[in-house]
Amino acid sequence: MKRIPPRTHRPLPPGLALSLGSIEKSFGSGDSLTPVLRKTDFSAKLGELLLLVGPSGCGKTTLLSILAGTLHADAGEIEVLGYPLHAMTEAQRTEFRSRHLGFIFQQFNLIPTVSVAENVAVPLLIQGHSIAGATARAKAVLERVGLGSKVDERPSRLSGGQQQRVAIARALVHEPPLVVCDEPTSALDRENGLQVMELLREIARDPGRTVVVVTHDPRIYHFGDRMAEMEDGRIFRVLESTEAIVSAHGRH
Amino acid sequence: MNRLALRMLFGDRAKYAMMISGIMFATILMTQGAALFAGVMSWTSSTLRNVRAELWVTDPMVDQIGDTRPLRDTDVSRVRSVDGVAWAAPIYQGMMQARLFDGNSRLVTLIGIDATTLAGAPEHMVAGRLEDLRLPNAVIVDEYGAERLGESYGRKFRIGDEFELNDHEARVVGICKAARSFTGGPYLYTTYDRAMQYAPPQRKMLSFVIAAAKPGLDPHQVAARIAKATGLRVFTENQFMWSTVWWYVTNTGIPINIGTLVFLGFIVGVAISGQTFYAFVLENMKNLGALKAMGASTGRMCGMLVLQSVTVGLIGYGIGVGVVALMGHFLLKLGKVPFLLVWQIPAGSLVAVLLICVISALIGIARVARIEAAIVFRT
Repeated sequence: MKRIPPRTHRPLPPGLALSLGSIEKSFGSGDSLTPVLRKTDFSAKLGELLLLVGPSGCGKTTLLSILAGTLHADAGEIEVLGYPLHAMTEAQRTEFRSRHLGFIFQQFNLIPTVSVAENVAVPLLIQGHSIAGATARAKAVLERVGLGSKVDERPSRLSGGQQQRVAIARALVHEPPLVVCDEPTSALDRENGLQVMELLREIARDPGRTVVVVTHDPRIYHFGDRMAEMEDGRIFRVLESTEAIVSAHGRH
Repeated sequence: MNRLALRMLFGDRAKYAMMISGIMFATILMTQGAALFAGVMSWTSSTLRNVRAELWVTDPMVDQIGDTRPLRDTDVSRVRSVDGVAWAAPIYQGMMQARLFDGNSRLVTLIGIDATTLAGAPEHMVAGRLEDLRLPNAVIVDEYGAERLGESYGRKFRIGDEFELNDHEARVVGICKAARSFTGGPYLYTTYDRAMQYAPPQRKMLSFVIAAAKPGLDPHQVAARIAKATGLRVFTENQFMWSTVWWYVTNTGIPINIGTLVFLGFIVGVAISGQTFYAFVLENMKNLGALKAMGASTGRMCGMLVLQSVTVGLIGYGIGVGVVALMGHFLLKLGKVPFLLVWQIPAGSLVAVLLICVISALIGIARVARIEAAIVFRT
């Protein structure tokens, strides 16, 4: 923690996990400069599962990358869990991510040559935990996601749904307050997708945790506590409840 | 993370085997080449190991042991008369054809030593007695010579076997151990006076004077005194050996040829291992990106790459050096190939392998350092 600056002097309002204000991000340069985010505002609360949806190319993955600290915004303020990401150096953001964020990727991104337990232990190893302690903790989390019998398997021997559950276990093993998910169900069939979302919703029930899910899979919209809809680099609508989401998009 | 790095490496068996092979072949080429070079260089100065003497007195123009520019016979006495010299003795060295029983002939290196003192005589006799060298027509032949010259008998030479040197009879009275000569011919020892009969006559016949400093005196100082008193060139044994080696390095294509082999070995290592390691890094780019996103610093990931690279290097090096040592063992058993694996050669190969590892790791690091953590969100 020594490399991360102290929490901001302007703490987030109670119950708010992150707040992004007037975020701008462009890619390319000169004539090929392409604005992706245009003065976008965004926020998420503690204890909620927030869906970030929109058509391809609308900027939702870019926004997710910025709030996760893996991409630097061109302009705007980013307060995540009380830390000013916009003012941090690359090294500080790296340290921040290792301690406060859990990641779930579209293609799982599990290391194929190591066991399921060792994959789950990776965030703890990054933090400097011993392999024995990290693996023991990983096994406990794998039990929680229903994969206690698969700890010594290679990821390639698991189904897609099981692999994504391993990825979820990896995202939770160091108990981060913020979990970001990029299209977590797009590589799964309906049944596995729903199981994964059940698990994510359960995770988001923790009042000290926030789960942000980027998706364009309408089958899982009803799992969201709130939904931010994006188009052309801006959030144009926020649906404030599951009922509002179902009312606007139906139940697939 | 180190364990994770190694598991990632060992898990990709095809690339792991490829990288190990690259380093192994590089190690074999570099170590074998260098050992051959050292072996050839040791052969160039084999007379110095076969005729042991503290000081060697030569013509002022001589740079290496194979270059015999005859001295006057009186030079032996001149050397003996120098203050600090314990003893001095004549040495003849010349190449001759030995005519065998079946009419074949073989090139030999004839060494003539002082009959009285036997100074410069072979140190290890395998058969026969050194003192018998004083018998008429007596020669002592080295083990290689016993094998080569004995071919006419269909067996190795034995004591009592005969052959001709320049139409003079030569009778084997002993067999000794000797280092192989650069020219490939066996060593024959006889007395200095008899060597004068065997060798084609010249105005001057004395090849070298060997000498020793009196006990307690610095051989270098005595060498300087002899040089000053006689005007001849004087080497200590070690000086003459290095002067000989250096002459071959600067006057022959040997270092370039073998150096090319060693350099190719290095290039093979860099090309195979570097390229395979880069492919390994590229293949793991998504995983490395995920690690970076999850908070692994660039420094830590670079450390993982260095560990992977050095691990491959040390394993490949170990196998490679082991193979070379085995090859050397069998080559030395055959005794016909120059091979000298002094500790500096594997040490040098290790440095070269570590350099290959560093280059391979740097290629990977250059790629990893450019990874954006956000890459994992762009599928």
